[in-house]
Amino acid sequence: MSALNIKRGSSSHSAYDLRDSHAQAEESHTLAVIVENEPGVLARVIGLFSGRGYNIDSLTVAEVDHTGHRSRITIVTRGTPAVIDQIEAQLSRMVPVHAVHDLTAEGPSVQRELALLKVVGKGEARIEALRLCEIFRARVVDSTLESFVFEMTGTPDKIDAFAELLRPLGLKEIARTGVAALSRGA
Amino acid sequence: MKTITGAKMVVQALKDQGVEVVFGYPGGAVLPIYDEIFQQNDIRHILVRHEQGAIHMAEGYARSTGKVGVALVTSGPGATNAVTGLVDALMDSIPIVVLSGQVPTFMIGTDGFQEADTVGITRPCTKMNWLVKETEKLSETIHQAFHVARSGRPGPVLIDIPKDVQFATGSYTAPEKAKVSHYQPKVKGDTEAVTRLVEMMETAERPVFYTGGGVINSGKAASQLLREFVDATGFPITSTLMGLGAYPASGKSWLGMLGMHGLYEANLAMHDCDLMINIGARFDDRITGRVADFSPRSKKVHVDIDPSSINKVIRVDLPIIGDVGHVLEDALKIWKARGRKVNKEALAKWWAQIDAWRKVDCLAYQPSAATIKPQYALQRLEALTKGIDRYITTEVGQHQMWAAQFLHFDEPNRWMTSGGLGTMGYGLPASVGVQIAHPQALVINVAGEASWLMNMQEMGTAMQFRAPVKQFILNNERLGMVRQWQELLHGERYSHSWSESLPDFVKLAEAFGCKGLRVTDPKDLDDAILEMIRYDGPVIFDCLVEKHENCFPMIPSGKPHNEMLLSADAEAFRSGAVLV
Ligand SMILES: Cc1cc2nc3c(=O)[nH]c(=O)nc-3n(C[C@H](O)[C@H](O)[C@H](O)COP(=O)(O)OP(=O)(O)OC[C@H]3O[C@@H](n4cnc5c(N)ncnc54)[C@H](O)[C@@H]3O)c2cc1C
Ligand SMILES: Cc1ncc(C[n+]2csc(CCOP(=O)(O)OP(=O)(O)O)c2C)c(N)n1
Repeated sequence: MSALNIKRGSSSHSAYDLRDSHAQAEESHTLAVIVENEPGVLARVIGLFSGRGYNIDSLTVAEVDHTGHRSRITIVTRGTPAVIDQIEAQLSRMVPVHAVHDLTAEGPSVQRELALLKVVGKGEARIEALRLCEIFRARVVDSTLESFVFEMTGTPDKIDAFAELLRPLGLKEIARTGVAALSRGA
Repeated sequence: MKTITGAKMVVQALKDQGVEVVFGYPGGAVLPIYDEIFQQNDIRHILVRHEQGAIHMAEGYARSTGKVGVALVTSGPGATNAVTGLVDALMDSIPIVVLSGQVPTFMIGTDGFQEADTVGITRPCTKMNWLVKETEKLSETIHQAFHVARSGRPGPVLIDIPKDVQFATGSYTAPEKAKVSHYQPKVKGDTEAVTRLVEMMETAERPVFYTGGGVINSGKAASQLLREFVDATGFPITSTLMGLGAYPASGKSWLGMLGMHGLYEANLAMHDCDLMINIGARFDDRITGRVADFSPRSKKVHVDIDPSSINKVIRVDLPIIGDVGHVLEDALKIWKARGRKVNKEALAKWWAQIDAWRKVDCLAYQPSAATIKPQYALQRLEALTKGIDRYITTEVGQHQMWAAQFLHFDEPNRWMTSGGLGTMGYGLPASVGVQIAHPQALVINVAGEASWLMNMQEMGTAMQFRAPVKQFILNNERLGMVRQWQELLHGERYSHSWSESLPDFVKLAEAFGCKGLRVTDPKDLDDAILEMIRYDGPVIFDCLVEKHENCFPMIPSGKPHNEMLLSADAEAFRSGAVLV
């Protein structure tokens, strides 16, 4: 038996085989990670994602329990079901991590993001921007004769849609917070 | 309340954690701690020659005792020199605590002299790390560090201690008072799952135990339970490189190591089994080969304390999260209570099949009267140390694999090797660490000449601390494992895989003040090995071996288990060709 079906002298075969990835559909999942609020925790979590090649579509963090020093990190990530499972397991085993919830898997959840959008323009475009602001239930938080800053809260999709419509009307800058999420119900 | 300096706290905390030995190297940022070490006699300090050596020594100490190893290094270059060892310990799940000095808190961020972002650099290299900015928190952090290092899946942790924190005073927290509550990995396996495992075992026709480093991590009792279970069921057992010794190589159900350089019978048993019981192993790619073809017809059970090991590489049918010792105890109890059932008839057939595979004699090699074959050297080492409770460490390369194939381990904690990271330069310092832990034992580092050179300065440490380690160098004047891959996979283009300008190892031994031996003729081998064993002190044994020997069996990476390369002899037997 010649198990190695590689021609002698062939260099196209690397000796280092990379695992064949079972091509499977990617899913988007929102994870809530409750961590000890101590220095380096966020770096550890982010380092896990970059080090193991996972995606981060959005990440928010803030201390939510000031007496217990707990922070909540909300991460929106993408991956095959197997990868999502791995991410959860990898997060769970970190020493400063108290709990990991896959909000996407655990049932319906509310997802909200806040965005600030600056539109610069005059005349008809400016009026149209204001009209869209009303339709999307955004708020004007700053205005000059030539500009508005809109504040809007909603799902990431809704913010995307709003921004898309504002683009031709002079959208200059966007600041987004990333997604915060909670499960629905008690 | 009485307050003490941070430096004193460090020493006190180590004592309270039962630490007897610290491997370290001083520098400006840890001088206060060294000052405290100077003024006490409970903790022994082993002065290394390079910080990488300190970490590997701590690893060797930890692996051979089951205790936590401790190392102490200075800031900047001291800490960066420790990085390789930290990753090595992380990959192999070795519990060590590393203390590093740091520039004073008020200088952090100013590019101070010998400042490095040690917690930043070592974050992905540790299970957990801490920068302690207040003396008040120092002792508690040290106790937490020991708890984290040894709990759950063990691993390396690092505590970075700025110099001003060492000088300042604070109150000491005793180990019992330290807050460790939230990190408590689950050790007991789910009873329903364990019962399911027992059911699967009762009916299995072609079962195999596939065990790993987790059994060693779990402790001696786990090895005992494993032995009892395997012998009572009569199931065959194979182990990874990291798990050797958990089940005795002399045991009747032992198949030998599996994997890339594992035994033919072990790999085929894995490929053809109908029930695979993974106990504390992590489906490393050196085990699975091509994932898609890995043991295609088996039900797979995986016992592991780390949930992230489950389904990481191979999807299993029954995961059991828990400590090996706990799970085995429960499984054994349930299996006995249900009447100790196994499918005897099928098992007998399975063993007949395995015995046929064994006849291939996959470790066969062409003997030689003129040159020392590396396999022969190890067979002689094995024969001449039989009955001695010896500890073996290795470097990385072909010699490491031959050692795993030809040396036999009947007890856990006797085999220290760098598996996950494959760190050349591990073996010599690890052997020193083992010897410090077991001063009377025979400790041998099976080495390749290239690996050995990487940390050979630690011979100085061995001499200074009278650690009579034996450096058994299989000198092929090649980066043998690299050369083998180049021969088999890169068209025999031997790009930079020679060991050129090698030192004269016997003279080197003299220079260090220890004993040097050189053997080139197989006839002289036995006497020289005996001389090495009997010599009361460190020995550098330069064993000149065949230069172009390949290590077989070999499953090229990415190939399935049943596409194994065998040595010409074994291959001829299997394919029915007769060699005259
Ligand atoms: C040149 C070279 C060649 C190699 N060739 C081979 C080869 O042919 N065969 C081979 O086997 N290896 C080989 N290796 C080693 C290989 O790279 C891996 O290091 C090794 O296979 C991993 O062993 P393991 O699966 O036992 O896991 P380990 O790395 O020992 O991991 C232990 C597993 O057990 C779990 N665990 C830890 N503690 C517990 C506990 N208390 N209870 C339950 N679970 C626990 C951990 O979470 C982990 O999943 C080679 C290495 C080198 C350098
Ligand atoms: C630090 C480090 N660098 C490079 C390698 C890659 N490598 C693996 S084995 C090997 C050759 C080892 O040669 P030697 O120590 O002489 O052992 P042999 O294979 O000849 O027995 C090399 C370079 C490694 N494992 N570690």
